[in-house]
Amino acid sequence: MKPTNISDPNYFHKVVDCQWACPAHTPVPEYIRLIAEKRYSDAYMINWHSNVFPGILGRTCDRPCEPACRRGRVEEEPVAICRLKRVAADYKSDITDRLPKIPEQKNGKHVALIGAGPASLTVARDLLPLGYEITIFEKDHLSGGAMRTQIPRFRLPIEVLDEELNYILEMGTINIFSNEIKSMNSLLRNKYDAIFVGTGAPLGKRLKLPGFEEAKDNVHIGVEWLANVAFEHIDSIGKRVIVLGGGNTAMDCCRTSKRLGGEQVTVTVRSGFDEMKASPWEIEDAMNEDIPIVNFHVPRRYILDEGKLVGMEFEKVRKEYDEKGKRLLVPTGEDPVVIPCDDVICAIGQENSFPWIERDLGIEFDQWELPILDKETFQSTREDVFFGGDSALGPDNIITAVAHGHEAALSIHLHCNGQNLQDRPGPLISLDSQKMGIHQWSYENDISNDLRYAVPHAEKEKTLNDLNLEVELGFDEKLALAETMRCLNCDIQTVFTDQLCIECDACVDICPTDCITFTGNAEESKLRENLLAPANNNDQDIYVSGTLPTDRIMTKNEDLCLHCGLCAERCPTNAWDMRKYLFNTAKAANA
Amino acid sequence: MSYIRKPKFHHPDLKTNDLGLTRRDYEGTLTTLCGGCGHDSISAAIVQAAADMSLSPHRVAKISGIGCSSKIPSYFLSKSHGFNSVHGRMPSVATGANIANKDLHYVGISGDGDSASIGLGQFCHIVRRRINMLYIVANNGTYGLTKGQLSATADVGSKTKSGEESLYDNIDMATLAIELGASFVARSFSGDKKQLVPLIQAGLSHKGFAFIDVVSPCVTFNNTNFSSHGYKNTWENYISLSQVDFVPMKEEITTSYDPGQDKSITLHDGSVIHLHKAGNDYDPTNKENALQHINKHKKEGEIATGLLYINQSTSDLHELQATVDKPFNLLSNHDLCPGNESLIDINNSFR
Repeated sequence: MKPTNISDPNYFHKVVDCQWACPAHTPVPEYIRLIAEKRYSDAYMINWHSNVFPGILGRTCDRPCEPACRRGRVEEEPVAICRLKRVAADYKSDITDRLPKIPEQKNGKHVALIGAGPASLTVARDLLPLGYEITIFEKDHLSGGAMRTQIPRFRLPIEVLDEELNYILEMGTINIFSNEIKSMNSLLRNKYDAIFVGTGAPLGKRLKLPGFEEAKDNVHIGVEWLANVAFEHIDSIGKRVIVLGGGNTAMDCCRTSKRLGGEQVTVTVRSGFDEMKASPWEIEDAMNEDIPIVNFHVPRRYILDEGKLVGMEFEKVRKEYDEKGKRLLVPTGEDPVVIPCDDVICAIGQENSFPWIERDLGIEFDQWELPILDKETFQSTREDVFFGGDSALGPDNIITAVAHGHEAALSIHLHCNGQNLQDRPGPLISLDSQKMGIHQWSYENDISNDLRYAVPHAEKEKTLNDLNLEVELGFDEKLALAETMRCLNCDIQTVFTDQLCIECDACVDICPTDCITFTGNAEESKLRENLLAPANNNDQDIYVSGTLPTDRIMTKNEDLCLHCGLCAERCPTNAWDMRKYLFNTAKAANA
Repeated sequence: MSYIRKPKFHHPDLKTNDLGLTRRDYEGTLTTLCGGCGHDSISAAIVQAAADMSLSPHRVAKISGIGCSSKIPSYFLSKSHGFNSVHGRMPSVATGANIANKDLHYVGISGDGDSASIGLGQFCHIVRRRINMLYIVANNGTYGLTKGQLSATADVGSKTKSGEESLYDNIDMATLAIELGASFVARSFSGDKKQLVPLIQAGLSHKGFAFIDVVSPCVTFNNTNFSSHGYKNTWENYISLSQVDFVPMKEEITTSYDPGQDKSITLHDGSVIHLHKAGNDYDPTNKENALQHINKHKKEGEIATGLLYINQSTSDLHELQATVDKPFNLLSNHDLCPGNESLIDINNSFR
């Protein structure tokens, strides 16, 4: 293998598994250390710059960081990254004086944002400090988009939502709310310098099975129903409720039903329990509220009695694989199952819909009705129109929408300055030694052996009777500190300097996880087998030095490194050093 | 000195041995030696060897004298018996322990000061008495604990960090051991665990006195380019006379060996060592030949390593003394001290 090029910004970024997995690349270990120091406002601002909605995401994020967490590979459970983010939001002091100053003198560019959800507001947040005028069009009377309409208040209190939305709206957006854009063509006549579409994936589906026409007053579309609950247009539901679907929307629908008068609430999914799309913790929360989840049940018809919905019939299926390994659902042949119900909520997926964008404006769409975009710049086939969030690439999550927003804002800024959109600024990085003394580092390298701490919940009796009472209480400061100590500080990199190494083996002998081996050079696949402990996780790189005086090379398996720094503590020549790698994606302000 | 504990997390695929223990279970406390000290690699090699052989930690006794080297029993096999004795007197304590309980594995750890100076007399006599043990000298050619004076194993002309030059010929512990009648003598280098680990395993399996002289650089006081015992000189000048491969008794021999190039020796416990000759005619069972080779390489400025000498036909102290099979510590008070009547019988037998 060739020596590893550690000056490639992606090399050490990839070692920080959580940050690498985060769509917005939030510097996770850095803010976790600040939380441990009780510097909550500093921790909050690191998040705010990167993911815009720390308090909201600290409660609702899909947390792609957690399955990636190294702790899950050396122990069982990842660090509770998401809930630590909430700690920063919960315990911070007033941060308004840390928000960017908005220039009085505008730059003369005017950008329209359609939809006031996370993607659009991220664009606004990134462009307002640069002197842009921003007009936001929103069909509802309040901002927030899916964060307001799709996430029930018992998961995300209104004050937390409004606080973080207002940080942006108070920067001076021009808000045209309760105003649904019906025609892109007419909007284009206003001669904005750029238009950003962040309208989400608003189209839910209803399952049209036999009996639907008669039953349809009691058959609801999940996303619409949740929005109506959020805006208080709906405040009750029948005693017996069936929720169809296994995604996060289904989990929110069933838990909301339980709080609006549903006594027997059942979730049914077509496939197996382990194939459900909902996040494991959301499934767990629903089950904790005594909501049964019935799997391998395919809905067949609505059952009516005197024109009124009274139940739903399901066919039982089992999982089989065909010769190509494709998963099939095959009827078991058992009698159909009838589940009695008064209401059915369909949470069976969302679609994008752009009936308001005329097809002769130069904005092209693919066969799935998704706009054709440059995946890096989020520019559509019309150069002044950009997309982001669910409306860009189909339904995903808030943090992805935020990541799109940052990139789109950067693109809009380049576009408005007449620059090439491909000519994007590189990430902002630094790599600094953390050495304080012979065996002292500026970070806590004595990591905790504790197992993951659970977030305390409010009493079920109370939460099930109050739609607005938050279920999760969040970590208190003591629990938060204990949880932060589980973080392995993966951003404190082990940096090796060949020229200093005397091949004494001290690092090899001390490494708790057998990461380091001095061996003859070979092809990567061969080298992975030759290490002290085989490096079988091909998703993780091995770090390779240049040839040493004995013709061997140093190889380090990044997979299981605990970043404890003992290799550097035992190294007599500082060939190993622990250096903090800070990585921030470039935003519009850096262009 | 590191202030943190070594994290308990280990590689999830770390293999377990016959006792269900991983290598990590054979470690001791975190070292307090200087970073880069060769002695830590010796500890790691002992840990590896003991784990691979599935040694029961409670059947091992570690005994040491005084010096940086003699601190290391703290850093391996924390579940074993240990005795940190007086300077140069480890052989006496090891002899006593071995006489009391011949069934344990004895690992003696000493240094060049402890064994080649203050304890040289003790060293000579434990070799002569053929105690069944593994005696390791962590040899760095310097007194590290007293800040870097030359020791008796430093080659003539070798220089310490302060520039002091060795004026006297060195004591070669390996040739001394061969001449005094040790039945297993090896030399190795702390930086080469591929060689050191099988030698430790073979030494632990060998019945009789096994001696390994390990060049173990002192990174703080004796690692200059002019030092005979520094990393640079050792990496550049050490040659392996015979590559050793250790196969424990229970394991099937899976590697194929070339009878022209390889020599197999079955030890008393049934384990086998394979010696790969690496293209020379070295015969470690021939004492004169071994001494000749070592001296020849020494003249050329080379450090001859590997298994230097082995003789399986000698008897150990217990055999020479014809002691009972049962270890003394398991004998009852009555057996050990049979009383006045037996004494009278014995006295009468001399009349």
